[in-house]
Amino acid sequence: MKKPRSRTALSAVAALAVAGLAAGCSQGSATNTGGGDQGDGQVTVRFMNFSSNDGHEADLQAIVSAFEKENSGVKIAVETVPYADYAAKLQTAVAGGTEADVFELEYASFVSYAKAGVLADITGIDTSAYAENLIKAYQSGGKQYALPESFSNVVLFYNKDLFDAAGLAYPAKDWTWADETAAAEALTDKAAGVWGDYQPISYNEFYKTVAQSSGHFLNDAGDATAFNDQAGLAAAKWLTGKSGTTMPTDADGANTPDFDTTLFTSGKLAMWHTGIWMFSTVAEKAPDMNWDIVVEPGNTVKASAMFSNAVGVSAKSQVQDAAKKWLAFYTASQTTIDTRLAKSWELPPVADTSKLDAYLQITPPANRQAVLDSLDAVALAPVVEKQQELQDVIDDELAAVSAGRATAEEALANMQAKVDPLLK
Amino acid sequence: MAGATRTDAARQAGRRRKWKNLAWVVVFLAPSAIPLLVFKMTPMIASAWVSLHEWNMISPMEWVGLGNFADLLTSPNTGEVFLHTLAYIAGYLPLVYAGGLAIAVALNQKLKARGFLRAAYFVPVVTSWVAVALVWQWLLNPTNGLVNHLLGMVGLPEPGWWTDPNWAIPSVILASAWKDLGFVMVILLAGLQAIPQEIQEAATVDGAGRWRRFWSVTFPLLSPSTFFVVVISLINGFQVFDQVYVMTGGGPSGASQVAVGRIYDLAFRYGEAGAASALSWILFAIIMAVTAVQMYGQRKWVNYA
Repeated sequence: MKKPRSRTALSAVAALAVAGLAAGCSQGSATNTGGGDQGDGQVTVRFMNFSSNDGHEADLQAIVSAFEKENSGVKIAVETVPYADYAAKLQTAVAGGTEADVFELEYASFVSYAKAGVLADITGIDTSAYAENLIKAYQSGGKQYALPESFSNVVLFYNKDLFDAAGLAYPAKDWTWADETAAAEALTDKAAGVWGDYQPISYNEFYKTVAQSSGHFLNDAGDATAFNDQAGLAAAKWLTGKSGTTMPTDADGANTPDFDTTLFTSGKLAMWHTGIWMFSTVAEKAPDMNWDIVVEPGNTVKASAMFSNAVGVSAKSQVQDAAKKWLAFYTASQTTIDTRLAKSWELPPVADTSKLDAYLQITPPANRQAVLDSLDAVALAPVVEKQQELQDVIDDELAAVSAGRATAEEALANMQAKVDPLLK
Repeated sequence: MAGATRTDAARQAGRRRKWKNLAWVVVFLAPSAIPLLVFKMTPMIASAWVSLHEWNMISPMEWVGLGNFADLLTSPNTGEVFLHTLAYIAGYLPLVYAGGLAIAVALNQKLKARGFLRAAYFVPVVTSWVAVALVWQWLLNPTNGLVNHLLGMVGLPEPGWWTDPNWAIPSVILASAWKDLGFVMVILLAGLQAIPQEIQEAATVDGAGRWRRFWSVTFPLLSPSTFFVVVISLINGFQVFDQVYVMTGGGPSGASQVAVGRIYDLAFRYGEAGAASALSWILFAIIMAVTAVQMYGQRKWVNYA
């Protein structure tokens, strides 16, 4: 009697254990093929993005709803990830084979994903609606691997009320750094917690300010740095010199999330170097504040940053056709264009710039023309394979200068010594 | 002949019993052994394989043999992160042990609200590191934190805590010691209570005072608990990550980057999963070696009553 019972117990436990394992496995594969044909003709396309995070979620949802209405058999499952976590999340998802059917990519990381064979070849898709330089940016080896989704740039935001109160003239198109510094110094009132200027002390600002000083971040061949010269020195001194004088320091809270947004929208920041994607946030958070924008001042020449994002289809997606449909709709449909313009999101990558007219009519800011004017002189970000390491080196060295631990000259020499090996 | 048959039968029965026992052992081990196998051993073996490759997690793996290990062992950065890790341990371990011991001794007396106090000291142990680190980041804010405010009031210098490279690790040490104090306290308290009362009484009869009793009786008899605390704290110390990640992010300018923080950066920021895996194995080897030395050394100083 005893024996059979024990055997039953044993096999029951073993069966449970196996069932547990099996459950684990099937759950894993469920995530993997989550996007797919559900058998009733209904297809789900998983879409992972970062650019709708923090303010534009409803706008993305509106585009999704319009698409689903037009394509009754297709459902879009949106997954929105904060920008700071996105790269690691996408990378691990790809490594684990659970990436979404359609996902967003920054220009800087596009090349490595295209070369790794992660993106489906979408050559042959209709590209006539997109700006030519942007469509070409997402080709690799003569094939189209992603579609441009948006572009954006950085301008100088300024608080008119603070300029009026100080009796100063507003920033103008022809301003240089010297004009900006003079105004920032006059507007800073530390006792009242009012700061004249805010510009992140970071890689993204550095390569641009090097260009604003007529310098180059990399040499022409792209295999060595070129910033350890007078232009680089001017850029490093310009960025780090603000900290603690006309701009809050790290200990004051600078470089923490939303710190600059809060400072500007609470009327305590006179000038702010930031992206055009902040228009709607500022308008919403500070409806009574008078503010406007202008093309960023240059040192010896003008140079503005331009960023662009793209969307690609996973090569492993089980629902390629539906995914491509969504890709095209999300990047170039009239609904998307209208939503992006009306909500002052990043700009749609349209070939026909007259479509942007609607955007220019919306206020604030009144001087939206500055967004397009900034495109006249663009400083493109250098794209290298070890992008993140390069950025960390620049960020760390600049932080050391702004905290007074190193001179700008020392930092530039360190940057050069650490970045050059990354380019080999 | 008959005897031999009996022995054979007995041996066979014994063997059968052994198999049956083994089957039961497997049954009872399965609930913990299967997750261990699936979620710990498999990734460990996989990471050993990955450590021999160059892999950015999206492209196919490329065999480099021991290349990652060679690169890491010759890179000044590796030495730096281990130096920071050791600096952390050097500050953290004495602080958390001395603090935990003081509280354990205090709470071993007959105090009012003793139960409440014991629970209160343990609360940080079960609190999420992210929450604790954020609170400490605020307390140690160089310009408007509470700690510097108090230091300023009594005329002491106000350090730059997480904005000054020299103070970044001490600020992490402070937060960590505070959080883990309760854990050390509980282990040592249990150790204190396990010390037989007769020995203490005998020492008292022999004329030993409070201090003498503590150093000559209590402290040596507490050595098994001390040993456990030291081993666990050292292992945890080598693996310090969460508090560094939240409080300093490894900064300023890398001044507080520790071994596990470097592993994280290599894998999830720089796309060097091979190097990250190799560094994990180097860390594993170091922890193994340090623990082995302690296991060997304990024979000399740990007294079991």
